[in-house]
Amino acid sequence: MRIAVCVKQIPKEHERIVFDPESLRVRRDGKLIMDDSDAYGVELALRLVGEAGEGEVIVVSMAPHDEETGLRHALAMGAARAVLVSDDALGGSDALRTATVLAAVVARIKPDIVIAGTESTDGYTGTMPIQLSELLGWPSLAFSSSLDLVAGELRARREADDGVFELSCPLPAIATVTSGSVEPRYPSLRGIMEARRKPIETLRLSDLALNAAEFEADGASEEVRSIVPAQQRAAGEVIVDDGTAEVRVLSLLSEWKAI
Amino acid sequence: MTALPKYGCFRCFPNGRRSEMNMGSIWVVAEQHRGQPLPIAFELLGAARDLTDNVRAITFGQGATAAAKLLGEHGARSIVELGDLAPGLPAPRVAAALAEMVAEERPEAVFFGTTFDGREIAARLSARLRRPLLANVIGLELTVDGPVAHHGLNGGEELATTRFINARPGIYLLRPKCFAPRDRESPSTATVAHREPPEAGATDAVRVVAHQEVVQHGPTLDAAEIVVTGGRGFGSVEKFAQVEQLAELLKGATGATRAAVDAGWAPYSAQVGQTGKIVKPNVYIACGVSGATQHLVGMKDSSHIIAINKDPEAAIFSVSDLGIVADVNALLPRLIRALEARR
Ligand SMILES: Cc1cc2nc3c(=O)[nH]c(=O)nc-3n(C[C@H](O)[C@H](O)[C@H](O)COP(=O)(O)OP(=O)(O)OC[C@H]3O[C@@H](n4cnc5c(N)ncnc54)[C@H](O)[C@@H]3O)c2cc1C
Ligand SMILES: Nc1ncnc2c1ncn2[C@@H]1O[C@H](COP(=O)(O)O)[C@@H](O)[C@H]1O
Repeated sequence: MRIAVCVKQIPKEHERIVFDPESLRVRRDGKLIMDDSDAYGVELALRLVGEAGEGEVIVVSMAPHDEETGLRHALAMGAARAVLVSDDALGGSDALRTATVLAAVVARIKPDIVIAGTESTDGYTGTMPIQLSELLGWPSLAFSSSLDLVAGELRARREADDGVFELSCPLPAIATVTSGSVEPRYPSLRGIMEARRKPIETLRLSDLALNAAEFEADGASEEVRSIVPAQQRAAGEVIVDDGTAEVRVLSLLSEWKAI
Repeated sequence: MTALPKYGCFRCFPNGRRSEMNMGSIWVVAEQHRGQPLPIAFELLGAARDLTDNVRAITFGQGATAAAKLLGEHGARSIVELGDLAPGLPAPRVAAALAEMVAEERPEAVFFGTTFDGREIAARLSARLRRPLLANVIGLELTVDGPVAHHGLNGGEELATTRFINARPGIYLLRPKCFAPRDRESPSTATVAHREPPEAGATDAVRVVAHQEVVQHGPTLDAAEIVVTGGRGFGSVEKFAQVEQLAELLKGATGATRAAVDAGWAPYSAQVGQTGKIVKPNVYIACGVSGATQHLVGMKDSSHIIAINKDPEAAIFSVSDLGIVADVNALLPRLIRALEARR
């Protein structure tokens, strides 16, 4: 059982994403860390391999200037090795381009399962893993809150609006996992020590026989034209409950014709 | 003509300027459930009809024929219905059908709603056509350079404007509740055609092993006039039950933050925010919710907001009409009693 987990490395101050005023791209020149959204995938992959009793978890990432902090974190959690694609030509890549690059990585390492987050904290398109599955020609189990192997197939639980689904598909397959499905483990001290010696293979586009100029059909791309502050909703009054705040709430509700 | 929605979302060119532009056709992937188009389907039709009259709806699933008629009455000039697509999940085959149709007819744009299926079909189409997509679109505008899209960033604090270059068709994923739905205008002269989607190979190998329907009590989150949302502040599933009790008394719907969903206090279908639902009720009551940007994007366009949090610095207060610094476990019981006393 070989499982590849997509790990996005994002700016540390991810609560607030900062844009470069010139290029209008997300600034990634500072320190990058593993996106929390991907800790669930790493955890589920480690459990699946643990239950299978054999195999390895490989973390894969595309990130600028050979960034590997986030990968080391996943290695410290217990992943066996990492593959990183880093190339100046990939600056400002969108989800499709990322999927194209990661598809080449997947073709190279040949996992049985690829796990990714449902959506990243900084980009949140939520489309990269599905584009990856279509490029590979694999089935995908999106929005999974649990993953199991049953009779050689991958089983996922999906909580949707119209109920809870249990889905199944043959391997190889891609799954995206939601947060909260499991509690991701914290790296132990020993894990952190061991992670330092685990291998990270760093690839350039040429190693993957990819040429950035040919990624999208007809040179299709998107352009950010402007980023401006949005009109904000004004804050109202803040009161401290003196034991009668419910009266105030009721009077507002009736003023707003809600009761 | 529709009024300009309050914040973050706006429609542009509602007064006929579009006729000066040479806008090609727009396709709308209109999801439906048992013959009834989802609200987002009408919103997509609204967004498309603001840009052109040349709108086609593509629908699928059990009940697609009944839905097709309604889509025609709500602004689609033609409808293509792809059949019920059982027993697999629809996305791989719908994307395959769209890719074929795009190759034949080259529309200007294809619009999807940000839903389970919408997101998956859009992503698959993008990969098949090797063309990028624009996600999280909250507004659209026709300029001399063609359509441009607006996106909220950092929880809506900033607004980005993007456009495609050489990307016909542009693939757009629109957020729910950001575009005014197209009103009904019968009788419709729309044409309806059935098209059999091609096989989608291994990508279509997912099967449903079990399905447990959730019974809906009261109004749905999208439709409710009042939403009461609980966050991590409650501390336990037993205390979280007060949120449901309050929602029920107000004939509203229960919402939850991701932290509350992750804790198992509420189902994912109750999650409000970036990964959950976008709601715009008359009144939104946030209890024990900090107001993370990913939560704010899902609720701050509500008409009125009340927040209860014990932390006077809580970010949720910055979007609230009334903020109450209080312990939810002290205030909610009193509020519930006061409401019960009114009945
Ligand atoms: C990619 C991504 C997508 C996300 N999508 C969503 C989404 O769709 N929806 C969503 O909600 N979140 C989402 N999040 C998570 C979000 O960032 C926050 O973590 C989450 O909203 C916090 O939930 P909370 O407010 O319940 O918990 P907390 O942030 O822990 O806040 C709890 C609040 O309760 C208050 N409190 C504690 N005890 C009491 C008490 N007794 N009485 C009154 N107040 C009390 C505290 O002061 C605090 O403000 C997403 C995150 C990421 C990275
Ligand atoms: N550059 C990247 N490297 C590795 N994984 C990625 C990258 N970008 C996105 N992903 C994966 O795809 C998921 C969805 O990302 P997004 O499409 O940005 O919302 C993330 O949670 C990651 O698992």
